[in-house]
This record gives sequence, structure tokens and C-alpha cells, in this order.
Amino acid sequence: MYDPAIIFASVLNGLTTGAVYALVALGLTLIYGVLHIINFAHGAALMVALYAVYLLRAHLGIDPYLALPLVVPAMFALGYALQRGIINRASHGKDENILLVTLGLAIVLENLALLLFKSDTRTIDTAYTLTTVPIGPAVIALTKLIAFGGALVTSALLLWLVTRTDLGRAIRAVAKEKHGAKLMGIDVDHVYAMSFGIGLACLGAAACFLLPAYYVNPHVGSGFVLIAFTIVVLGGMGSFAGALAGGLLIGVVESLGGLFLGESLGQIGIFLIFIAVLLLRPQGLFGARV
Amino acid sequence: MRDLLGIAVFVAAIAAVTWSTDSGVLLTAIMMALYATLLAQAWNLLGGYGGQFSFGHALFFGTGAYVQVIAQVTHDVNAWLALVAAVAAAALIGVAVGAISFRYGLKGSYFALVTLAFAEVFRIVALSVGFTGGGVGLMLPLHESFANMQFGSRKGYIVLALGLVTLALLVTAWLRHSRFGARLQAVRDNEDAARAVGIDPFAIKLGAITLSGAFMGAAGAFYAQVFQYIDPAIAFGPASSVEALVAAIVGGMGTLWGPVLGAAILHLLAEFTRNMFGTLPGVNMVIYGAVLVAIVMFLPRGIAGAGASAVSVWRASGGRSG
Repeated sequence: MYDPAIIFASVLNGLTTGAVYALVALGLTLIYGVLHIINFAHGAALMVALYAVYLLRAHLGIDPYLALPLVVPAMFALGYALQRGIINRASHGKDENILLVTLGLAIVLENLALLLFKSDTRTIDTAYTLTTVPIGPAVIALTKLIAFGGALVTSALLLWLVTRTDLGRAIRAVAKEKHGAKLMGIDVDHVYAMSFGIGLACLGAAACFLLPAYYVNPHVGSGFVLIAFTIVVLGGMGSFAGALAGGLLIGVVESLGGLFLGESLGQIGIFLIFIAVLLLRPQGLFGARV
Repeated sequence: MRDLLGIAVFVAAIAAVTWSTDSGVLLTAIMMALYATLLAQAWNLLGGYGGQFSFGHALFFGTGAYVQVIAQVTHDVNAWLALVAAVAAAALIGVAVGAISFRYGLKGSYFALVTLAFAEVFRIVALSVGFTGGGVGLMLPLHESFANMQFGSRKGYIVLALGLVTLALLVTAWLRHSRFGARLQAVRDNEDAARAVGIDPFAIKLGAITLSGAFMGAAGAFYAQVFQYIDPAIAFGPASSVEALVAAIVGGMGTLWGPVLGAAILHLLAEFTRNMFGTLPGVNMVIYGAVLVAIVMFLPRGIAGAGASAVSVWRASGGRSG
């Protein structure tokens, strides 16, 4: 039998990983909720952000947490430009075109990274990389604890932005009824691009919190992309609270799955949940029935 | 009739070029272009004519490849019988995945996601169980003979690939002119309207994914015979899914010759970049992705679609040039 302490540690570990998953999924769910498109380039964009954090650390010696004010705005700008310059233009008003364009962007970004950085997996070393904190019967890496806190703070900020600011009101108006919003004088293309930018900015934050405890290689995003989709679908497309809860849940499922089934087979739990939710409850566990 | 004539000319042309050369480079290029055409045409059956965009066709590709190798290595089955088994297995997976996804009404992005997830599940299973050789993969021992479907010359593989491509083209031509094909295109264009006139969209889409899976499985089996090695990443990784859908879309989905054109153009592009940049990793795929974005942006109906509208504009203007 498994020692309860091991299971406790595993759940704790899953929660901290899940918080970062949630951060990745929050960006995806915002983009889906507003633009009603599935961004297949999300994983590739996370990979870009991770390389940015890595390069800042490796060449300029900037601490990953201090890189936040650089990486987050940069990712926002990238997202704004991609949506306005490429995705919006290529869509011709058809969802399937967006699907294909974001897939094309993902392929380009991933393979540019392969070209520039080779397929080597890179990590960074910081003074606190190996620091651990005891929690109850378990010990947990400080970096993971910070990531957990960072994810919660970022989610709260996002929620505040969407519910309390003028931009947030415009975003919600466009998400609900884009023609009506347009008639009220809202610049829909601008709001689309802002939403896409904010979605990618979340990835910038996720990358800063993730890299000290993780690694980067050109294909690192594809590991996250299906997980993020799972969380978004699980939480209900477009729901922030759902993404947060779904992220934590998936983190725990993966961690416990790894404990009981072994590292490689453990991931299967995630995809089976994904397929089951898509089939049985496509509006998500927390989404309203459509 | 025009379609059949076109297919006959196509086969004759490939055969003529193949028999008039002994250049290994050219023969390999023809073989790989035919293989890419098979992938694209398989995807086109479901994506182009059925409007169901699969992002996980590797599911069928990998199934075909593994069955082809495992049947021969573990069960001592003849290579040609193994091919039949591989195609049947991939078709069966098509039935299963189609039955599940279409029964629950998944379409658009959701269908793309669920196929991607199924391919990923298969990749992890192939990595974790014993009979696939796990991460080490499986080798197909080299025994050149017709019975083993292993040929001393590329020409043998070209004949095999040409046979499979011809079959795929004939099925596509049949889709264009048969009742089933008309129903499939009706479901693609407007599912509710199709249902209203008495078509059962579920059965029609199930038929399409089965056909599509069968040809993708044949492509996987062909891959295994040519390269004689298969592992979970090659079989179920995203590369074959992407290659299939990009070639079909770039050429023009829902057309007979679009996927052929797309596969040939992408292949030429890949050869060209190999000459320009050497074998740098990633260059090919960067170009694939960029071409995909550019085509969706500027030629949303693919190269064949743009060609067709140019011709109709030209005809409408009275057939006069200028």
C-alpha cells in the first residue's frame, strides 16, 4: 500500500504543477471565450516565452522572476501583432481557417526554435533551484511554491481585468455579441487583438514561473497544448474559474496517475478525461449547458 | 469519364518517367512524392469531401505501420497479407473513432481536438506496452524478395505506391460521381439541410472516416516497408498528420487533383530547401507551416481551387486571353 504521506506529497506536487497548467489554460480560455477560436499555436507561444526567459537568464543574467516585466509585455505585443497581422487577415470569417492558420503558426514557431537552438533541452540554474520548503509531512521545491502563488495572483489579476476595467467590459461585450458591440462604437478588431495579446501575456507569466523548476526545448509546448485544451474543455470553454479548478484537478490527476501507473502511462489519464469530457459534457464540468 | 482519363494519363506519365531513368535521386523523389500524395489523398477523403478536419490522422498511419511490422515480425505473416491486415485495422480504428466522435456530434475544432487526443493516447500506449517494442521501436528485417514486399530497386516501391495512389484517386473519383459522394458533400456543406432531405449524416461521415483511415493505414504500411523501422513517435507523432493535411489544403481540398498537386509542390519545395540549406533540422517544417499560413491567407481554396476560378473567369470573359 502507498503511504498516506507519499500520496499527500503527490497531491501537493500535482496542485503546484496544476496551478501553472491553469495559467496556460487561462490564456487559452480567454482567447476562446472572446474570439471563439481554438488557438493551436498556444503551446508554441509558451515555448517562445520559455526561450525568452532562458535567453534573458543565460545571456544577460536576469533572474526569471525579475524577467516578468520584460517577458509579459513582449508576449502581449507578440499576441497583438499575430492576431492583427496574420490570424485576423487569414480567417476570411471562417473558423476552420483560423484552426489551420494557428496550426501553421505553431509549426513555424516550433521549427524556427529547432533551427535556432537545436533540439537540446536546456535548464537554468539559480541560487534557489534546490531550496525546499517543508509542508506537513512533505517537502516541496520553493520554485514550485512560488509558481503556485504566482499562478493564483495572475489569475486574480486577469479576473479583475475582465470584470472591473473598461477594457474588460469591452472584451465581455464583444464575446457576447460582437455586432452589438460594434454598433456601440467598440473597435472589435482591436478588442480581438487585445484578448489574444492578454492570452499570450498569461503565457509570459507562466514561463517566468515555470522555467526555474522546468526546462525548455523546441517541443516543450506540445506537452502543454493538449493538457491546456483538456483543462479548458473540462472547465467549460471561456470560463476562468473553470480553467483554474480544471488546471488544479488535472495537475493532481497527472501526479497521482504517475504515482500509480508510472511516468509515461500516467499521462493517459489526462487524455482519457479529455476525450470523455468532449464526448459526454462538451460544455465542461462548470460551464452552463448550451 | 474525364476523371478516369486523367488518372490513366497520370499513371502512364509516372510509369514512363520511372522506366526511362536510373537516377536514384529522381526515383527516390518520385517514390516520396507518391507517398506524400497517398497521405494527402487519404486526408482529403474525410477532410476535403467530408469537411471533418482531423488533426490526428497519425492514428491510422501508426496503426497501419505497426500492424504491417508486427504481423510479419511477431506472427510470421506474409507481407502482402500483412498489408491487407494493416489496412483493415486502420479502417476499423476509423470506424471506432468515427462512431464515438460522430455519435456525440463532435465537429469543427472539437473533432480536430479529439482526433489529436486519440493519436496521443495511442502514442503513449505504444510507448508503454511490450508488443510494440516500446520506445526502442521495431525493425523489419531486410529480406529482399517480391513475397516480402521488399524490392532491390526503388522502382518496385514506386509501382506499389503508384498502385495505392491510383486506388485512392479512383475512390476519390467515385466520390465525385456517386450517390454516396453527393451525400457526403451535402453533409459537409450543410448538415442540417442534408438531414432534412433524408440523409443520415452519422452513417455518411462514418463511411468517409473508414475509407480515409484505410488509405492512411496503407500509407503507414508502405512507410514501414520502405524504411523498415517504426517507433511510437514516427507512428503516432504529429508529423504524418501534418504532412497529410498541409498537402491536401495547399493543393486544394475537396478536389481530385489538389492533393496530388499539393504533395508534389511541397515535395519540390522540400528538395529545393534541402539543396539551399543542407539538412538543417526544421527548415522543411518552417516552410510547410509558412506555406500553410500563406495559402489560407491568400488562396483559401488551395492552388487547384485558385486555378479553377482563374479558368472560369477566363471562360466567362469569352475565352479571350488578356
